[in-house]
Amino acid sequence: MRNANVMPRDPSTSASARATADEPLGITAVVERAGFQTSVQDLGRTGFRQFGVSTSGALDPFALRVANLLVGNDESAAGLEITLGGLQLRFEDERSVAWCGGEFDVQIGSRALPAGHVARVHRGNELKIGRAEIGCRCWLAISGGIDTPVVLNSRSTDLRANFGGLHGRTLRDGDQLPLGEFQASQVAATEDISSWTGPHDWVSPAQRHPALHFIRGADWHCFNDSTLQRFKINEFSVSSDSDRMGVRLEGVELKRNDEADLISQGVAPGTIQVPPGGKPILLLGDCQTIGGYPKIAHVITIDLGIAAQLRAGDRVRFLEVSLQDAYRLLIQRERDLERFRIGLSLQTS
Amino acid sequence: MDIIPAGDSALIVRVREQYENAPEETLDEVLRIFQLLQRAAIPGVIELAPAYTSVAVFFDPVAVLKSGGAAHGIFDELAAKIQSAITPASGRRRRLTAKRARRLIEIPVCYDAEFGVDLDRVAEHTKLPEHEVIHLHGTGEYRVACIGFVPGFTFLAGLPKNLATPRRDVPRKEIPPGSVGIGGAQTGIYPLRSPGGWNLIGRTPLKLFDASKTPPTLLSPGDRVRFRAISRDEFESLKNDMVIPTEAEEADAKR
Repeated sequence: MRNANVMPRDPSTSASARATADEPLGITAVVERAGFQTSVQDLGRTGFRQFGVSTSGALDPFALRVANLLVGNDESAAGLEITLGGLQLRFEDERSVAWCGGEFDVQIGSRALPAGHVARVHRGNELKIGRAEIGCRCWLAISGGIDTPVVLNSRSTDLRANFGGLHGRTLRDGDQLPLGEFQASQVAATEDISSWTGPHDWVSPAQRHPALHFIRGADWHCFNDSTLQRFKINEFSVSSDSDRMGVRLEGVELKRNDEADLISQGVAPGTIQVPPGGKPILLLGDCQTIGGYPKIAHVITIDLGIAAQLRAGDRVRFLEVSLQDAYRLLIQRERDLERFRIGLSLQTS
Repeated sequence: MDIIPAGDSALIVRVREQYENAPEETLDEVLRIFQLLQRAAIPGVIELAPAYTSVAVFFDPVAVLKSGGAAHGIFDELAAKIQSAITPASGRRRRLTAKRARRLIEIPVCYDAEFGVDLDRVAEHTKLPEHEVIHLHGTGEYRVACIGFVPGFTFLAGLPKNLATPRRDVPRKEIPPGSVGIGGAQTGIYPLRSPGGWNLIGRTPLKLFDASKTPPTLLSPGDRVRFRAISRDEFESLKNDMVIPTEAEEADAKR
């Protein structure tokens, strides 16, 4: 294991002990500018859904995994999720950094760091994440990971319930971001900026007008045929009140056959639910654990990274696939990631 | 009973069609299946969420595949394992239900007008005097049907039928933690500062959600709940010394 920054498997060892201890801060990175909405996220919080606790976590967990692998971290290490840019970090020691996500303008000093490349930063270096040309979010991995306390099995920030991450909130100007330990060889092998990278659709999945693949939801038949046709054919535009809970969509109204209440059931990121007004909501990582609106469809896991890039004004379409195809695509990507992991270890050894 | 996909990484075990016809029995059956699935620890299953008539199962398809089978059969494979895990011997069924039904938790609630800002609305809708609303609510026996919406939000079944009051047309932007409300035929407790549309009739000084504890909630699905009306003074004094015991502390106390 190359990194100490891994999640404990046993929930009883979590949270409280570390959260309350007044540990002296180790090495930190200084948040000079926090940006629009930047938070500490890992691959998400699991095991507490029965108590109403959301997944949280990177809205594109795959992007964070790739970024972590690039800097030699365990793929579950915590990184930063940056929404709409504006972040400026100053480093206090030598680290490797990499990011994946939307088409952001990222600079270390005067050098540009493209998505999916690894760079070595030195003490005093500043990393700036500017605006995105396309897309909404990116994930920054730093060797050693972000070392905020593990709360309920995860370092992810729960922005609705205000726990996890750095003091349960988004970053603020002037924050000291605790960084974890890493092995010196992890950074020593890093070039100033690497010439190699991962596949483009992994490191930069944002599209201006994407089509997201879906499988039918349990309540598909609550809608009549012409509504379902409209759902499959029309483009929807992304509303400005979208957030980490969900992407709110506008376009044709999806009216149900009858408005009787449905009994609440578990919902998950990727679920597209349709409230009485007929405007669908595509749920993301901070979504509630149970919901009672009809579920028309579910966006497949490998497309959640594209969904996480949707921002106000973007247009999106939905394409139906079979559950078998969803699995085929997911398994293929995992196999490709395994090859990428092996390739990386050859690259850095 | 059927098992239906909810995306490629979740599925729903639909235990019953209806809830209202037989709430107690349905809840017991949902919790029985929830516990059986928890114990079965099927490879690839990450977590479970029981709610009213169903148990949602969240899983990692890649891990399910690694435990055997073919990529195209991931769902069928998992559904078959779930099916066999929830059809055990009958002796086990009785034991599980009996164990769960024992927990009864008392929640002190102050129904003062300052906290019960919608008591007048409920009184008007139900055509009952406010003191009768308070009396009926405070003497009912409830069960935790599920927890969700926000961490620790407790949906309680068992509200006396004549207290049912529709949600507010315009939800409040911010509801103080501990607020006890009525939403339709249900009652519940807001654990955290959050928006919400239920009619607020009182407040508890108890902390229902604490992320630093395991488990993080005072109540669990299936628990029996009774309210106890308290004065404003008692509210203040309880508020100052209330803590949620952790499971470990509870176990210590029993020894």
